[in-house]
Amino acid sequence: MAEATVNTSAAPAAATGARAHEPSFVYLVKDALATGAIALALAFPLVGFRTVDRGSTTIIETRFGQMFLGVAVIALGRFAFSLIDAGYARAILAGSGVLSVAWLLLVAVDPGGAAIFPLGWMSWMLVVSVALRAAYVSWGDRSEARGDAVSPGDRVAATVQRLAVFFGPVLLLFAIAMPLLPMADQRWVDLGILVLTYVMLGWGLNVVVGLAGLLDLGYVAFYAVGAYSYAIIAKTFGLNFWEALPMAGGLAAMFGVLLGFPVLRLRGDYLAIVTLGFGEIVRVVLLNWNELSNGPKGIGEIPRPSFFGMPFTPAPPQGVTSFHQWFSAHLWEIGFSPIQRAVYLYYIILLLALLTNIFTLRIRKLPIGRAWEALREDEIACRALGINPTNTKLTAFAIGAMFGGFAGSFFATRQGFISPESFNFIESAIILAIVVLGGMGSQIGVVIASIVLIGGPEWFRDLESYRMLAFGGLMVLIMIWRPQGLLAFREPTILLKPKAGPP
Amino acid sequence: MLQVQGVHTFYGRIEALRGVDIDVKEGEIVALIGANGAGKSTLLMTICGSPRAAEGRVVFDGQDITRRPTHEIMRSGIAHAPEGRRIFPRMTVLENLQMGALAAKPEHFNEDMERVFGLFPILKSRQGQRGGTLSGGEQQMLAIARALMSRPRLLLLDEPSLGLAPMIVKHIFQIIRDINRATRATIFLVEQNAFHALKLAHRGYVMVNGKITMAGTGQELLANREVRAAYLEGGH
Repeated sequence: MAEATVNTSAAPAAATGARAHEPSFVYLVKDALATGAIALALAFPLVGFRTVDRGSTTIIETRFGQMFLGVAVIALGRFAFSLIDAGYARAILAGSGVLSVAWLLLVAVDPGGAAIFPLGWMSWMLVVSVALRAAYVSWGDRSEARGDAVSPGDRVAATVQRLAVFFGPVLLLFAIAMPLLPMADQRWVDLGILVLTYVMLGWGLNVVVGLAGLLDLGYVAFYAVGAYSYAIIAKTFGLNFWEALPMAGGLAAMFGVLLGFPVLRLRGDYLAIVTLGFGEIVRVVLLNWNELSNGPKGIGEIPRPSFFGMPFTPAPPQGVTSFHQWFSAHLWEIGFSPIQRAVYLYYIILLLALLTNIFTLRIRKLPIGRAWEALREDEIACRALGINPTNTKLTAFAIGAMFGGFAGSFFATRQGFISPESFNFIESAIILAIVVLGGMGSQIGVVIASIVLIGGPEWFRDLESYRMLAFGGLMVLIMIWRPQGLLAFREPTILLKPKAGPP
Repeated sequence: MLQVQGVHTFYGRIEALRGVDIDVKEGEIVALIGANGAGKSTLLMTICGSPRAAEGRVVFDGQDITRRPTHEIMRSGIAHAPEGRRIFPRMTVLENLQMGALAAKPEHFNEDMERVFGLFPILKSRQGQRGGTLSGGEQQMLAIARALMSRPRLLLLDEPSLGLAPMIVKHIFQIIRDINRATRATIFLVEQNAFHALKLAHRGYVMVNGKITMAGTGQELLANREVRAAYLEGGH
């Protein structure tokens, strides 16, 4: 991806359009070769060698073929990007478009065919990204010629946002109907649950980061507190999911206030560092406080949710009706299947996520929600207007943490087993990435980002070990084209009719 | 209405205010002029309780507000249009006004909104626009309008002319006079633009290095030789 990051510096020049100044062909070739040399220097130790375990000894194998292929791909990619910027966007678009379609056809005809290229998927993705960039530049040129101040990306984002009124309900209907569709097998429902869990976490963190503007790198702590509270409360007191859920959420909210107090005076980087530390503290405490959390062994046999007291088991104990027996008796005959519990879990997390969303949408229109947004914009002005920044920040932390706690409880009841392993920093980073890439404060952006970031790696599973590479590439692409987030377009909470002036 | 009595304020070990006394009476426009770094803005912020006065008292409406938290002071009938305007850039004009109305009763909102739109018609036509996209003069108007939304009895204005074109400055000062006449609000204004400020004000104070060195009516100060030499001639 080196060529892509280097390229950004040249991008503004490209936007100014048709061959304003034509760099010499030789220069472009030199530039591409230089990029290739950098790639070679990086790839030589990283890709060129690999260690292989042969019984008791470890030997080093060379992979110079793959290495040179990768370097060639990068140099060519750089050259293509330079040509796009030099004004040959249409030609490159045509070329790379034909190449990528041809490649897809080859795979469609002979699925094994892709294997003959060692970096098949990688080079295909590069060709596609070249095509995307070329398309973007040629569109950008046209909008520039029309004198539009708004970039094509912004216009797409604004359109999506406007369509959200229509798109949101469609997405919601799809989410409701998904488990009942014929193609929904265990894998689909599980993926749906995973995505929805992150949607909920994203919406919860959006309160803190998106609305109140407090950068929180330790959000996973509240997720962990929720999960452990649920596990311990449910196991110790024998409460069911719905009884223990509010308590777990309340405990997480308390931890939110606990974190909030020391960081009241901090802003920006310093706030991020302290919240990061908080997340680690919670994890380390859970890892070492054996009496409470059972340490690294984790807590198992966490009660699974039951459907109004009816468990999802094939053979319930005497005197208890299980869900499939009840369903067969009252509606129609079904046998036991593990997917029934998965579908039920799916609807629980859908409900919890929707509650989070509705709550956030409502509170944005209330004084406290507006105070959060104002605090994000300008803390000094907030003081001047009689807002109490202490309470405002603490409520934001508490409410964000509460939703994290709910999601954690759900995680615990879904897994049936939790350990500190599940609450690493990388979880915080993923949740934050969802919020930031979705466009801070945008609710529908969080959904799209979750689908891309959580669903994406699952869909890329066929890429095997290149999966995370593809994921990284996707992130880089988003950072290049939409650094402000996919849907960074804040909707006003109040409008007077008739609409005066452009919003 | 507002008495500042022997106030000392520190930033760390630096003494920004060295015993300031000011008296603002109900219905007046009072201007505080002085050079850059004299402590004018510090005085306004000390009245608002942030930073807090180390010595002396701030009395508003007969009540000592020196030790009260800022957000309570700002809800007790004082409004502050801070230096550099500090509007909320990503919020619309209307949302900015809503933020200003937090300290007021919600049922007054529509009435107050009409009132400030009457004073600033341009804001009415821009109400759906984001604050950050307004021009400098419009942003200053929005900052004043936002402060007015809390129905203040005392309006503190910090350099309303900062960074504005002369034509706009004139317009803003005209509106300040209108506000004083129409709403009977007392106005305490801090300015570097001494000429306009003193022409507008009933009374004025001159601050040098954290101390009040001169006081008088606006006309007196405008005519004063020292004031003319220091703040009016050569600079304009």
